[in-house]
Amino acid sequence: MSERVQIQATINGEPVQFLAEPRQSLLEALRDELGMTGAKEGCGNGNCGACNVILDGRLVDSCIVLAAEVEGRLLTTIEGIAQGNHLHPLQQAFLEEAALQCGVCTPGFIVAAKALLDRTPHPTEDQVRHWLAGNLCRCTGYDKIVRAVLRASESTEANA
Amino acid sequence: MQAIAYQSAKSIDEAVSVLRQWGERARVLSGGTDLIAQLREGRRHDVEVVLDIKSIPEARELRYSPGQGLYLGAAVPCYRIYEDAAIARAYPALADSAALIGGIQIQSRAAIGGNLCNASPAADAIPSLIALGATCEIAGPNGRRTLPVEQFCIGPGRSALEQNEFLVALRLPSPAAQSGSCFLRFIPRNEMDIAVANAAVALTLNPAKDRITAARVAIGAVAPTPLLVPEAAAALIGAPLTEATLERAAEAARAAARPITDMRGSIAQRRHLARVLTRRAIESAIQRAKES
Ligand SMILES: Cc1cc2nc3c(=O)[nH]c(=O)nc-3n(C[C@H](O)[C@H](O)[C@H](O)COP(=O)(O)OP(=O)(O)OC[C@H]3O[C@@H](n4cnc5c(N)ncnc54)[C@H](O)[C@@H]3O)c2cc1C
Ligand code: FES
Ligand code: FES
Repeated sequence: MSERVQIQATINGEPVQFLAEPRQSLLEALRDELGMTGAKEGCGNGNCGACNVILDGRLVDSCIVLAAEVEGRLLTTIEGIAQGNHLHPLQQAFLEEAALQCGVCTPGFIVAAKALLDRTPHPTEDQVRHWLAGNLCRCTGYDKIVRAVLRASESTEANA
Repeated sequence: MQAIAYQSAKSIDEAVSVLRQWGERARVLSGGTDLIAQLREGRRHDVEVVLDIKSIPEARELRYSPGQGLYLGAAVPCYRIYEDAAIARAYPALADSAALIGGIQIQSRAAIGGNLCNASPAADAIPSLIALGATCEIAGPNGRRTLPVEQFCIGPGRSALEQNEFLVALRLPSPAAQSGSCFLRFIPRNEMDIAVANAAVALTLNPAKDRITAARVAIGAVAPTPLLVPEAAAALIGAPLTEATLERAAEAARAAARPITDMRGSIAQRRHLARVLTRRAIESAIQRAKES
């Protein structure tokens, strides 16, 4: 068992310090060390997107990032998407479009879609489908997810 | 997975000294999209130290000028290539590769240098690097050396890097006027899969744009390493832009392929794909050269 190392990062706007083993992925550190269980482990190897977080403004699969790599960096997780009790327009649209069934993929899709709308506030359906190609859902068949993202992109708040 | 140590080097010298200290037990980390996945799947029991090179200035730099060409740090992630309009215009095949490696999440991290060092026969950046005439800049205990990229891969997962060496950067020459390039791959779905075959072509037209004056053709996933196919280039250079010329070059690519049959495709399918992809990549590169 190797030494745990101390890591400092800014997570959802808050400075955070935690200990992690160098072999731990960022996903494991979030879930097991920080108790932030919103990001899910689907595949654990970069194929499904359930673990998506935004790292220094870029969408990444946290299962294939080492926790030690995020020293000094800025992270946004699914826990940082809502403003207190006020759901983000993407979250609202997922509810209204019934864009989830089991829900395991949902945090990843919402974080991924947030990263898209941050860059492209009014994407076309093609852009949405292309952007979300790294996120898998075994339940919905994707149509409702795509509709929800397009619906959220029509609300001005989504782009605030 | 086993316990590991994580070290982030700030300079080339520091990285080389970590590699000297740990030898085979250290592995370089760029984007980690191959390495971390392999470690986690327990396929890398030999690794004790992961050496992150993303804080080394020379490995994270991306610089292009029409005079100097492209300097591509080994750890620069894919998105920085296709999001830079000048670079994407000068090296369209490289931008094609960068935009189809994995999905958005993978492109945020995966480096072209990492794709090369992983040395997969099916790697999607390597044919483009070969076609575009890239040179590897390598650092190690004996100082620096350079190597043409087509000599870098020596077998599946094996590269020409000596013990304790690492790739610092790639250099690509500036394209001449009226140049175009293209990378294509075949996969059974639209995104997120490993190539059954792939091909890259870079070429230059004469001022009248009716003849090819220079060309390089590379194919992948059809041999133990990605291949430069000089016979295909020879069929193009100096010849008129006719159906027969394009077919001769595509046929040369088919003939150079030495594929295997596996779960992704058969020998016959891969040979056919080498031909068809080469042909289409030539047509697209010509089109791009005409528009350039
Ligand atoms: C979901 C998913 C989809 C993928 N899709 C594709 C695809 O479509 N096409 C494709 O070609 N690949 C694909 N890959 C594989 C991978 O993303 C690429 O090969 C990528 O370019 C690797 O780059 P990296 O920076 O992440 O490499 P890393 O994982 O950091 O490194 C890869 C290997 O090279 C070594 N290495 C890295 N940098 C250096 C260096 N500078 N010097 C010496 N050694 C070094 C590492 O030790 C390791 O062995 C995919 C991977 C995943 C997980
Ligand atoms: S759990 Fe990270 S991509 Fe599937
Ligand atoms: S809702 Fe079940 S995987 Fe998407």
